[in-house]
Amino acid sequence: MKALLRLVPGLWLTLLVAAPLALVAVLALSWQADGVPPYEPPWAGQGLNPDNLRLLLEDPHYRDSLLQSLVVAALTGGLCLLLAAPMGIGIARAGRWRNVLLAAVLLPFWTGFLIRIGAWIGLLRDEGWINAVLRALGLTQDPIPLLYTDGAMLLGMVHAYLPFAVLPIFAAATRLDPALEEAAADLGATPGHSFLTVTLPQLLPALAAAFLLVFIPAAGEYVIPELLGPPDATLVGRVVFQEFFQNRDWPVASALALALLALLTGPILLYQRLGRAG
Amino acid sequence: MTPRLVRVLLWAGLAFLWLPVALLVAYAFSASPVPFRWGGFSLRWFAALAANDRLLEAAWLSLRIAAGSATLATLLGGALGWVLARHGPFNGRALLGTLAGTPLVLPEVVTGLSLLLLFVALEGATGWPAGRGALTVLLAHATLGTAYAAVVIQSRLATRDRDLEEAAQDLGATPAAAFATVTLPLMAPALAAGWLLAFTLSLDDVVLASFTSGPSGTTLPVALFSMLRLGMTPEVNALATLLLVAAALTLALVGLLLRRRD
Amino acid sequence: MTARLSLRGVTRRFGPVAALDGVTLHVAPGEFLALLGGSGSGKSTLLRVIAGFEAPDSGTVQLDGADLFGVPPHRRPVNMMFQSYALFPHMSVAANIAYGLKREGLPRAEITARVAQAIAMLRLEGMETRKPHALSGGQRQRVALARALVKRPRLLLLDEPLGALDANLRERTGFELRAIQRESGAAFVMVTHDQAEALALADRVAVMDRGRIVQAGPPREVYDRPSTRFIATFLGAANVLEGTRTEDGALDCPGAGCTLRAEAPLPEEAAAVALRPERIRLAPEPGENTAVGTVEESAFRGDSSLLLVRMQGGATLRVSHAEEDGAPPPRGATVRLAWDRDDVVPLLP
Repeated sequence: MKALLRLVPGLWLTLLVAAPLALVAVLALSWQADGVPPYEPPWAGQGLNPDNLRLLLEDPHYRDSLLQSLVVAALTGGLCLLLAAPMGIGIARAGRWRNVLLAAVLLPFWTGFLIRIGAWIGLLRDEGWINAVLRALGLTQDPIPLLYTDGAMLLGMVHAYLPFAVLPIFAAATRLDPALEEAAADLGATPGHSFLTVTLPQLLPALAAAFLLVFIPAAGEYVIPELLGPPDATLVGRVVFQEFFQNRDWPVASALALALLALLTGPILLYQRLGRAG
Repeated sequence: MTPRLVRVLLWAGLAFLWLPVALLVAYAFSASPVPFRWGGFSLRWFAALAANDRLLEAAWLSLRIAAGSATLATLLGGALGWVLARHGPFNGRALLGTLAGTPLVLPEVVTGLSLLLLFVALEGATGWPAGRGALTVLLAHATLGTAYAAVVIQSRLATRDRDLEEAAQDLGATPAAAFATVTLPLMAPALAAGWLLAFTLSLDDVVLASFTSGPSGTTLPVALFSMLRLGMTPEVNALATLLLVAAALTLALVGLLLRRRD
Repeated sequence: MTARLSLRGVTRRFGPVAALDGVTLHVAPGEFLALLGGSGSGKSTLLRVIAGFEAPDSGTVQLDGADLFGVPPHRRPVNMMFQSYALFPHMSVAANIAYGLKREGLPRAEITARVAQAIAMLRLEGMETRKPHALSGGQRQRVALARALVKRPRLLLLDEPLGALDANLRERTGFELRAIQRESGAAFVMVTHDQAEALALADRVAVMDRGRIVQAGPPREVYDRPSTRFIATFLGAANVLEGTRTEDGALDCPGAGCTLRAEAPLPEEAAAVALRPERIRLAPEPGENTAVGTVEESAFRGDSSLLLVRMQGGATLRVSHAEEDGAPPPRGATVRLAWDRDDVVPLLP
């Protein structure tokens, strides 16, 4: 019984987590081919193919997609922190309203992010709600293009990932000892000063965890750039889809996935260390 | 940061999270064929939705996949959570823990791509699974759900409960009886919460389903995604409203279950 | 008379650490034994070995002469009260107490009767349908006790039974525990790190240190005649005076500036003696077992004052000065301290 409990999930994870990731690495070193499936593995005769990975470094299209993804993910993480820090702290200090407010943050997270993106599409369109309001106020004659811009994409990303960022900050803020800020005030610190010198340093691990919790999935995001972003926002998630489904170049798509994973290994390990410490 | 600033930003954040959703729901009841324009109260878009066979079919498929994958995920995640929380140190524990945690941190595109590669390679080698469709989506979702369910269940199996199992045995319960009368009732809320989490993840997933479904396996999110690519329609408003109500009910249920535990 | 519980040479290792190192111990029927030790002394492991949650690497555990080797916890006629109480949070008080009887498959009427009896004995009337989270700490403690006692165990194990209670409740609950033990007739083995609790409740105290039982005996004997330096300082914080043994069996102690003489000549290997603070008195005359020092600090303790006296040799002695003996000497006063031969307790290294 004891062995079975370990064996079954172990086999499942080996087959559906470890083996697929190993396959991605194999594919990244394989050859594109006409056929089904459209690749030839290194052991089929041609040996290892270093070109896919080399292409990522040499072709600006791929290189920039990786860089752009990291920049967008970092911006999303940063903007989420700016909102999530006061929200997490505020909810932690909300007394008996704490659970209601927490539910208010989490409920959109459970509503499905496609729906929320759909709402933004409706709001940001040329004939959408925001442009209608702007026109009604006489601020503009012609609609301002809002949808399919970098701004819309960032807005959607922040909206989708904000609840992820609030949770760890909230959890850490509830563990803060309120007596510490009182002690700081007693020793002459203004509220702002005691926040900067007492509260913030204690929340740093949680802030870092919140940032990474957003940054890691955002770096590979596909749906939001596709639905809200401009066509030239070729983030790596989109390029993987293009290579895979349109160009049917599975080896290059795998190489891109591998590169993304390699870039995220540091942040992932850091996040797991923060998780254990917290 | 002063308390007032914290409060202002908290409400601003909540408004930011809720305003689009609230408008979406409000305009679902508008008669206008242009989304987000008020044309008088009407339920016509809900009616149109009810007549849209393609969406209904996708919704039914999604529900079945979500229920199946959540059940598998709860069984596997329950076993994993138990083993990681209770079996103490054993050979391969670190590896098992790492594997269980990996789907939580992988970008979706990587998970989706890797699973598709696996299914294709498996089919090439063994003939199974024949093609991609509901089954492969279910397997993909069950894998992701297992990782989440394991976390929920493992964290609920606190060390305090170990005392309770020993107390049951000390009072004459066989290990099996102790599991049935003490451990399982205490685990039940966590199992239910894990199931609901896996269910929701499955119902919300576009990327994994896009990779692992063939033409026959169009789930509701995938259908919704291709609709949204062409822009917003009032039908989407209505669908979103229904999903929102379902999600709210689900969350209320989870909250109740978790409260009963304490 | 055979012992209720007999442990012989019980050893349990966790990796390189011996949590139990050859423990031999006997408990008589109806006896209340306290296992006293600091954290990591092995006392909790010993309790878990008796309950069956840990298997000893070597040695035997016998209950009424029958070997318990390989008997799983649920078949041992031994019950345990857990330090956390381990009350089942999803069951009412009555269901918690009935749990063990149901596992025995007793008829329902008997279960009801025995649960009612246990509830009356532990004054839990009116709490039957409550869940554990709706009880106070003292009530939880009594439910845990009732749940274990209702099984009528031949031996009841208690892991820090008063540890989770606040100071007010401890004394009263301690007396109740003692009364319940007499009433039930079961042998109790209690683990505690609190020496006052052990001395007050138990018929016999076994002091544990690093996996061994270093001394076992009635509370008064262990307190008055500690056998090692560890026990002397752990129990009641005695003064430990070091020196060299003279040829006629006294201890020459330069720190105190005197020679300490016990009733009998000190054993050859003794290089220190213990002297309880409350056995030291002020003496008018010089003589045997007296020494001179200066009062450095004085702390009022209600029925007595604790004096720190710096001796001429440099050592500091703790002296308890009873209020009924009049006002204590002021700080800075020079005092002559005296004690009886009987109070000089030789310590083994």
